[in-house]
Amino acid sequence: MLHLQDCTFFTRKEILRLFDRYRDLAPQLVPLDYTDQPDVRLPYELIGSMPELKDNPFRQRIAEVFSEDGEGNMTLDDFLDMFSVLSEMAPRDLKAYYAFKIYDFNNDDFLCKSDLEKTLNKLTRNELTEDEVRMVCEKVIDEADLDNDGRLSLEDFQHMIVRAPDFLSTFHIRI
Amino acid sequence: RAKEKERKKERDRKRRRNVARRASSARKEGKELEDRPGREERRGRKKRDKEGKGKGGEDERQEEVKNDTVAKTLKNFSNENTRKLEQKEIEVVGEEDGDTEEKRKNGRSEKGGKREDNGRGETVEKKQKKKRVETSAEHESSEEEEDEEEKVGEEKPEVLSPEELEKLKEEVDERKKLISTLRGKPWPMRKKLLTLRESHEFVEKYEGALGKGKSRKLYAYKVMMLKKWMKFQRDFENFKTACVPWEMKIKEIESHFGSSVASYFIFLRWMYGINMILFGLTFGLVMVPEALMGRPYGSMPRKTVPRADEANAMDFAVLWDFGGYAQYSVLFYGYYNSQRAIGWLKFRMPLSYFLVGVGTVAYSYMVVIRTMARNANEDGGGDNNSFNFSWKMFTSWDYLIGNPETADNKFASITTSFKEAILEEQESRKDDNIHLTRFLRVLANFLVLCCLAGSGYLIYFVVRRSQKFALEGLESHSWWERNEVNMVMSLLGMFCPMLFDVISALENYHPRIALQWQLGRIFALFLGNLYTFIIALMDEINLKREEEEVLKLNMTIWEASLYNGTLGVNSTAPPITVHPADIPRGPCWETMVGQEFVRLIVSDTMTTYITLLIGDFLRAVLVRFLNYCWCWDLEAGFPSYSEFDVSGNVLGLIFNQGMIWMGAFYAPCLPALNVLRLHVSMYLQCWAVMCCNVPQERVFKASGSNNFYMAMLLVILFLSTLPAIYTIVTIPPSFDCGPFSGKSRMFDVIQETLESDFPAWFGKVFSYASNPGLVLPFLLLMVLAIYYLQSTSKSYKQANLELKKKLQTQNEENKKKTKMAALKAAMDLEEAQKAWSEAPRQQRNNNASQQSYTGEKNTVTGHLVSSFVFVWYLKI
Repeated sequence: MLHLQDCTFFTRKEILRLFDRYRDLAPQLVPLDYTDQPDVRLPYELIGSMPELKDNPFRQRIAEVFSEDGEGNMTLDDFLDMFSVLSEMAPRDLKAYYAFKIYDFNNDDFLCKSDLEKTLNKLTRNELTEDEVRMVCEKVIDEADLDNDGRLSLEDFQHMIVRAPDFLSTFHIRI
Repeated sequence: RAKEKERKKERDRKRRRNVARRASSARKEGKELEDRPGREERRGRKKRDKEGKGKGGEDERQEEVKNDTVAKTLKNFSNENTRKLEQKEIEVVGEEDGDTEEKRKNGRSEKGGKREDNGRGETVEKKQKKKRVETSAEHESSEEEEDEEEKVGEEKPEVLSPEELEKLKEEVDERKKLISTLRGKPWPMRKKLLTLRESHEFVEKYEGALGKGKSRKLYAYKVMMLKKWMKFQRDFENFKTACVPWEMKIKEIESHFGSSVASYFIFLRWMYGINMILFGLTFGLVMVPEALMGRPYGSMPRKTVPRADEANAMDFAVLWDFGGYAQYSVLFYGYYNSQRAIGWLKFRMPLSYFLVGVGTVAYSYMVVIRTMARNANEDGGGDNNSFNFSWKMFTSWDYLIGNPETADNKFASITTSFKEAILEEQESRKDDNIHLTRFLRVLANFLVLCCLAGSGYLIYFVVRRSQKFALEGLESHSWWERNEVNMVMSLLGMFCPMLFDVISALENYHPRIALQWQLGRIFALFLGNLYTFIIALMDEINLKREEEEVLKLNMTIWEASLYNGTLGVNSTAPPITVHPADIPRGPCWETMVGQEFVRLIVSDTMTTYITLLIGDFLRAVLVRFLNYCWCWDLEAGFPSYSEFDVSGNVLGLIFNQGMIWMGAFYAPCLPALNVLRLHVSMYLQCWAVMCCNVPQERVFKASGSNNFYMAMLLVILFLSTLPAIYTIVTIPPSFDCGPFSGKSRMFDVIQETLESDFPAWFGKVFSYASNPGLVLPFLLLMVLAIYYLQSTSKSYKQANLELKKKLQTQNEENKKKTKMAALKAAMDLEEAQKAWSEAPRQQRNNNASQQSYTGEKNTVTGHLVSSFVFVWYLKI
């Protein structure tokens, strides 16, 4: 417990609450007793059905980024980690790092055009025409790409996102 | 210890022998390595690392002359190296899966890049390796330390030299730092846990080894205390978060309505907290002491209901108006006695009253300004418009949303915002018929001004009329006539914003700008109303003071007659006891002001709640149930459900707070009332918002406006303390009520305290300090300091702007350069093609120059490759 408090931004009560939430997802899978640290992971289908994530267009990415196996199946630790990063207390840089990973759909450590297109289509539910999508993506790269390699690296992304007025207020999930 | 040294020496000797054997080969390696081009230096170092011992030995041999300790540290160093290497190898093995994956990826990217030559691929690979090493560097280094420490540990703590101790201490501190910053590291949980456990073990193991003898004990004690303190802090933190109320309620609202609606409720909670503290101040330092230790009810005229009102002093209607018993209680200024010290505690009541009044204002200023500063810090200075699209893309989704309907709205609003931005980007919107819009805007502003003036006049008129009614006696008038002022103010506050909303439709502004105008207008309306109200009150105060003068005269006559009457009968009788209820008394304008404010707050609260019930709840019920038998779809069509009006509600809250600040000095019960009001409205509005409002269609940014609201709060705070301070400073207090009765000004209480409660020298110092000759230079100094700070901040801003500009120009230059390079590459490509086509002929013609030709071909292919790379690069 103490260790978990050191590793996350949560207090004891919050961790217990999170554990309850985790357990509520699949009471038959998750044991009540975590003293001997059983290796339990919940499948993405369960994680993604949480009301906090259910309507989020990036829920699959979030689950993938924070799960250890990269496929959205989460252990309790991953689960805590996820909500710790998305909590209010997490610093801007940490949030920026994970936001970058979430938007990096193909895991190549760069936000390239296809990533941006996917992001945009998820945000607007494919309601923009192809031309519009392309234009917006070009604009984004044009704005944020500082080293001119035609894609956004983590540094570019951080440089851009830390100046955004809304980032901290929108990139968090309360639980 | 000697043995230890012996052993060490032997080990060293052995190693040196070993080293000598390898030295020659190592040196060769080294030379070779040095010859290699810089690019491969990394690999070279690795190889050298592989020869770790060899290298270390080499070093050692050079240092042979130096003493043993140096040799030892060197040995440590080399050992470290080898261990590092081993670790790396282990890690490489451990991460083989990841490694192969990465390699595959590399391969892919190379394929994507097609023309990238081998060398580049290699560097990429290396870079990746380097990165991996870097990412795990911290972890690694910590383990290294541990290894080293184990060694040191073997040699028993007593042997530690001061430097080593220093080092150890540093490492322990580093570990501790790591523990405290671990939560901010972007590592997966498992790794975090592992590192944490290791660091904890490490710290535990070696913390005791630090220090010697006594100091060691002390150190251990210190460490223990530190641990206890940490635990206490953590518990306190837990406790603090457990104390924050309504967390779940707000969370639920957040998930349904997004962050903007929730920001209102967070603001409400914040307000509640402030009012709690104000309430604690007034309750603890003013109301409770007076109620417990002051003279009891009925002992003095100011503490008794006058005979004329006694009959209906307990009627609900009177109490509701805060007359009768409520008026003569601790709730209002007039009840307090001017006795300097009360009770067995010798509590200085008047002083406390005054200081609490000042403290309320001071505390409010402090909190508001501090919050503003914090908000400004968190903003990150996102004022430039250079990342318009990026921000839209990466920050427009509100992760708090957990409700399908809100999510739908959010998707729609994001789409429209993108479309708008695209439109704006494509063409700066052309104004069709600019004259018409201008005319309409002027007209709209004119109408709004008319509204403002009309509402101001209405309030003035009503207040004057109510004074007339008050003079004639309230009983002869109907309920409406008695409550006219408050009702008119509340109704104006309710309907004028709607009117403004209609008017703003004329103006055809962008919604965000329209919102700002709307807010500004409502602000002006409220402010105007409040100030007209205050001016009318001032008139009334003057009236009351005239009345008071007349009464004072009458009073002396009455007293004289009383005494004369008794003196005639019996000159030695004990002083006559007239029941306090029968003694004539002044009008006590302070209580009147307090009453007005309390009534205003109550009626304002009532209107808010009633509007909520009728406007939201009843509407929702009607829409919901009439929809079954109506000719059009009520839910989607005209009345529909109402949206939650964030800005209007926030403004209402701010003005309410302004009234509290204004009236709190004359009615100590106001903060308590406000706490009650906020508490109820928290529950009521939470319920209303969840059951009868729909998510907003157009969601505005919640943040950024935070400071806007705060700035409004600050302005209101200033404007509301202004009249309060004015009355305190300029108008003499009533002669027979309140804690300052009998003084010529309220602040005389400070003077009095200084004279009688503090030693003489303190009063002298104070009088010197308040001398204008000292105060003026001090003020001047402050002004100068402000000026200086402002100018420096301006220059910083300038520098910031310039840097930004520089960055931009550099960016553009870079782009240009790449373009130029690409152009050049394309030309090269053409040339190369030409050369290519010419080449065979050349070959046929000139067999002898084959050698040179091959060289040329090589260069040509080189050009080709590079130009392709450039073209590909450009495309991306």
